[in-house]
Amino acid sequence: MTATDLNVDDIMAPYPDKVIKNRKKHIVTKTAQAGSCPQIEANTRTVPGIISQRGCCYAGCKGVVVGPIKDMITITHGPIGCGYYSWGTRRNKARADDRTPPEQIYSAMCFSTDMQESDIVFGGEKKLAKMIDEVVEIFHPRAINICSTCPIGLIGDDLGAVSKAAEEKHGIQVIHYNCEGYKGVSQSAGHHIANNQIMERIIGTGTDGPTGDYIINILGEYNIGGDGWEIERILEDIGYTVNSILTGDSAYVNIKNLHTAHLNLVQCHRSINYIAEMMETKYGTPWLKVNFIGVEATIATLRDMAQCFGNEDLIAQTEVVIERELAAITPELERYRSICEGKTAFAFVGGSRSHHYQYLLKDLGMEVIVAGYEFAHRDDYEGRDVIPTIRSDADSKNIPELNIEPDPEMYEEPNLHLNMSREKYNELVESGRLASYAGMYPDMPDGSIMIDDPNHYETEELIGIFHPDLIFSGVRDKYISHKMGVPSKQLHSYDYSGPYAGFRGAIIFAQDVANALSVPAWKMITPPWEKSETQGSE
Amino acid sequence: MLDCTPEGPVETHTTGKINPAKTCQPLGAMYAALGIHGCLPHSHGSQGCCAYHRMALTRHFRDPAMASSSSFTEGASVFGGAANLKTSIKNVFAIYNPDIIAVHTTCLSETIGDDVPTIIRQSEIPEGKYVIHANTPSYHGSHVTGFSNMCKGIVSYLAESDGTPKKERVNIFPGFVNPADMREVRRIVTEMGVPSVMYPDTTDVMDSPLLNRYEMYPRGGAAIADIIDSGNSKMTLALGAWSSAEAAAILQDKCGVPGVPLKLPIGVKATDALIMAVKDGFGVDVPESLDIERGQVIDTMIDTHFHYQGKTVAIFGDPDIVIAMTEFLITLGMIPKYVLTGTNGKQFETTINGMLAEAGIEGSKVRAEGDLFDLHEWIKEESVDLLMGNTHGKYIARAEDIPLVRIGFPIMDRAVHPLMPVTGYRGCLRLIEMISNTLLERRDRDCADEDYELVL
Ligand code: SF4
Ligand code: SF4
Repeated sequence: MTATDLNVDDIMAPYPDKVIKNRKKHIVTKTAQAGSCPQIEANTRTVPGIISQRGCCYAGCKGVVVGPIKDMITITHGPIGCGYYSWGTRRNKARADDRTPPEQIYSAMCFSTDMQESDIVFGGEKKLAKMIDEVVEIFHPRAINICSTCPIGLIGDDLGAVSKAAEEKHGIQVIHYNCEGYKGVSQSAGHHIANNQIMERIIGTGTDGPTGDYIINILGEYNIGGDGWEIERILEDIGYTVNSILTGDSAYVNIKNLHTAHLNLVQCHRSINYIAEMMETKYGTPWLKVNFIGVEATIATLRDMAQCFGNEDLIAQTEVVIERELAAITPELERYRSICEGKTAFAFVGGSRSHHYQYLLKDLGMEVIVAGYEFAHRDDYEGRDVIPTIRSDADSKNIPELNIEPDPEMYEEPNLHLNMSREKYNELVESGRLASYAGMYPDMPDGSIMIDDPNHYETEELIGIFHPDLIFSGVRDKYISHKMGVPSKQLHSYDYSGPYAGFRGAIIFAQDVANALSVPAWKMITPPWEKSETQGSE
Repeated sequence: MLDCTPEGPVETHTTGKINPAKTCQPLGAMYAALGIHGCLPHSHGSQGCCAYHRMALTRHFRDPAMASSSSFTEGASVFGGAANLKTSIKNVFAIYNPDIIAVHTTCLSETIGDDVPTIIRQSEIPEGKYVIHANTPSYHGSHVTGFSNMCKGIVSYLAESDGTPKKERVNIFPGFVNPADMREVRRIVTEMGVPSVMYPDTTDVMDSPLLNRYEMYPRGGAAIADIIDSGNSKMTLALGAWSSAEAAAILQDKCGVPGVPLKLPIGVKATDALIMAVKDGFGVDVPESLDIERGQVIDTMIDTHFHYQGKTVAIFGDPDIVIAMTEFLITLGMIPKYVLTGTNGKQFETTINGMLAEAGIEGSKVRAEGDLFDLHEWIKEESVDLLMGNTHGKYIARAEDIPLVRIGFPIMDRAVHPLMPVTGYRGCLRLIEMISNTLLERRDRDCADEDYELVL
C-alpha cells in the first residue's frame, strides 16, 4: 500500500470529533502530482489524554541543550524527578582535554535541589542559594546553570535574583533558565529558552578563541555515541579548526568564544537555529545547514563548506579526504547494503534526525515511507521559506524572543568572515547554500507520509498498514514495535552504539541496521507446533 | 570519571541531592497501576513528566510502559487542570479503551491544588469502567512512596467486603519489585496450597513475551474483579514496610482483612517468615518441595561461605529492598559497612542499626534520605570489598575500583534481571551466585600468575 491509497479518515475513525479535527492537520502525504509541500500543522498543543512521545520544555532546555556542557554544573531547581530523569539519558559523550581537565567535568553527575513540601509552601530561593554555595565550595565549577521545573514557576521563585546574588558572591557566572515544563507545547520551547540565555550570557564573553583560516562552530551537535568526534576528525583533516561543538562535549570556556568563528554549521536545525540566526545578526557570522549523517550527505556537506570559503586548496583537500575516506569504507558498506537494500522504514524522532537519517538509509538502499518529528515546527518539514507564514499562538508567544542588534565592536560583514567578496557571498546566499534549510519534505519519496507529533495509536495503525521492515524511534516505542514483530533502533541513544555520523559512523550504523534486520530470533517467533503444514518450516 | 569530587571529607553537602538515590512519586504510581489488568495509567500534569516516567520504566524493564498525560500547557497551569483531565478521560476511553484508568498527580497539579476525586466524579465514565486516583506530589517521599500511594488508591477505590465469611485465600501486596519476584512469591504460596490474589501484579505486563502481536493491555496484571473481591480474603501479606504496609492497613480498616507486615522475602530469614505467616494463617503444612529448596540454599551457603564471608559491603537503594538485603548479607557473614537509601523515613536507620547491633557489627554508617555523593564520600574515606545497588552505582564502582552487584531499581545497563527473581529461596541462590562470582572474578583478575588457580 502506498500513501496515496491511505485513507487517513479510516485511521481516525475511533477518535472523538474534536480529536479528528486536530490530528488530521498533522498528517500530510507526498504525491507525485503535488508541486509544493502541503501545509502541515506543527508545534501546537498535544491533545490531552493522547499518548504522545513528546517531552517538556525542561527536557529541551536541560536535557538537550545545557545539560551536556561539561565544565558547568547544572542544578535542577525542583523536586527530585526532573533532575533524576534527565541524568545520563542522552549519551552525550564528553572527555577531558587541555582546556578542561578531568576534575572540571561534571556532565555525568546530577544536581537537584530536591524540593520538599515545606520548600514549595515557603519558597525555594533560600534552598537554591544554599545549594549553589555548597556546590561552589565542593566543586569550584567555572560557571553554573540553574534550570527551573514546573512547581518552581508556580510558586514564583525569582531565579534571576538568586543567580545574580550568587554571581556577586562567588565571582562566577550563574545562568538561570525559566524552562518550566509546562511552557510551550514540547521540548522545543526549552531549546529556545536555552539558546536565548547562552546567546545573551555566554557567547561573546571570551577573548581567547583559536586562530586559523577556517574556524568553525558545529551547532546542534550533541555528540551522541561520539558523533561530534567523528565529525571533528574529518574536518580537522581537511584543515578546519573546530572552535566549539554546541553542546556535545562542549565546554563553557569554548562557548564564550563562539563569536570568533568564521562560519557556523547547523546540524540539528530545530534545537539551535536560534543561536545561528542571532549570531548572524549580532556578529555577522554566516551559517550553513549541514548534515553529517550519511555518506553522500557528508560529502555534500563537506563540498558546501569548502565552497563557503572558496579557497582552492581547501576545495582540493576536501576532495582528497573524501576520496580517502570513501576508499576505506566502500567495500564494507556494500556488504551491508546487500542486506538492507529494498527495505522500508519509519522514522519517528525529535527535531532533525527523522530527516537526517533518511540520507544514511538511502546509502543502504532503504527508504523511509513514514516520517515524523516529535516537536518540530513547520519549517522543519516545509523548509525555512514558510517561516513568515507561521502564525504564533498563545503557547509560542510565551517564549521570549530576544531583540538582537549588531554588536558595535564585534560585528563584521558575513563576507569578511568568509574572506570573500560581497558578490561571491551574495551568490552563495542566493543559491540557497547559506542561511537556508529546505526541510524534510523535498527528500521524502513520493507516496510517503509526514506525521507531526506521532502518537502511539497512529503509529500502531500505520505499522499495521505498511508493515515496515524497521522502525527508528525512541525507547518508549521501541519495545512496542518489537512486540509487533518489527525490529527497531533507537535514534536518540543509538541503542548504546555509535558514532553514526561521518564516514566511519556510517559503517557502524550499517552494521547495526543489518544486525537488527537479521537477528535469527525474528524467524523463531512462531513455535514449531503452531506452524501449519502448508507454511512449511522456516 | 567523577574525578571532580574532592579529596578530603566534605562537611558542606547538606542541601539538595547530588547523584540521587531516589526519584519522584509518579514513577512508582505508574508502575503500580501497570499491575492491574487492562489499566492505563494517567499522569495528571504536563506531558514531560509522563514521558520521563515511561522512559525510566522502559529502560529498566525493556518492555513498553504505556501511560497517558493531561498535557498541561501554561493555561492549564494557571487555571487548573480540570478541563484537561475530563478531556483526557473521554479521549482515553474512546481511543485506548482500557478497563480502568489510574490517575496520579504530578508536582504541577499538586501545586495548583487540583481536586482530582471531584474532577473524576464530574467526568463521563463509560458503564462498567473505572477511574481511580492517587495523590503523588513529587516534593514528598520518593518513587517508593508513589508506589505505596497508588496501592492505597487501588484498595480505597476497589476493594470491597460483602460481609460473608472470609474466604480461605490470601492477599499478597508484593512491594516495589520486579515481575519475576512477584511470580516467585506467588509460586511459593501456591505451592503451599493457599489460593491468593496479588496486586499490583506486573507479571506478564512488564516482562511480556514476544508473540508477534502487540497488545496494549498484555494478559498479565491483577484482574479488577479479584481486587474487588480481595476485601473478602482471610488475610493480607504486606511485603515491605515502605511499599505495602499502608495499603494493607487501609484494607484492614475498610474490609476487616488483617494485614501481616513482613519484609520483602529476600534472603532466607525473610522467606522463612513469609512461609511461616502462610502456615500459621491457614494452618497448612509446608510442602517438602520448599524444604528441599531451602535446604539447597543452606547447602550452598556452607559450600560458598569462604567466597564472601567477612567481606565488607556498601549497599544502597529502595528501603524495602535494602533492609531485606542487609539482613541476608548479615546471614551470609558479610559486613554491611555502608547502608543508604534515598527515600525518607527514620525507621530505615533504626531497623538497619538494630540488625547490625544484633549481629555485633560495629562502625557501619547508615543513612536514610542520602544520595550517592554521600555514599561515595564514605567509600573514599574507607573502601569496601563489594558495592550493591542499582545502575547508578557503576560510577562509584569505577572511580573506586570496587566490584558491583546490581540489584534494585533501576538497572539500565544490564538485561534479563526483570525475569530473574531475587525473592524466595531461588532468589537466595541467585544472589549468592552473583555475589560469589563477582568476588571470585575480581580475585582472578587481580591475582598474580602463580595464584591463578582452578580450585579455590
Ligand atoms: S515535574 Fe514533578 S512529577 Fe514531573 S518529573 Fe519533575 S518531579 Fe517528577
Ligand atoms: S535531533 Fe531531535 S532529539 Fe536530537 S537534539 Fe535535535 S531536536 Fe533533539
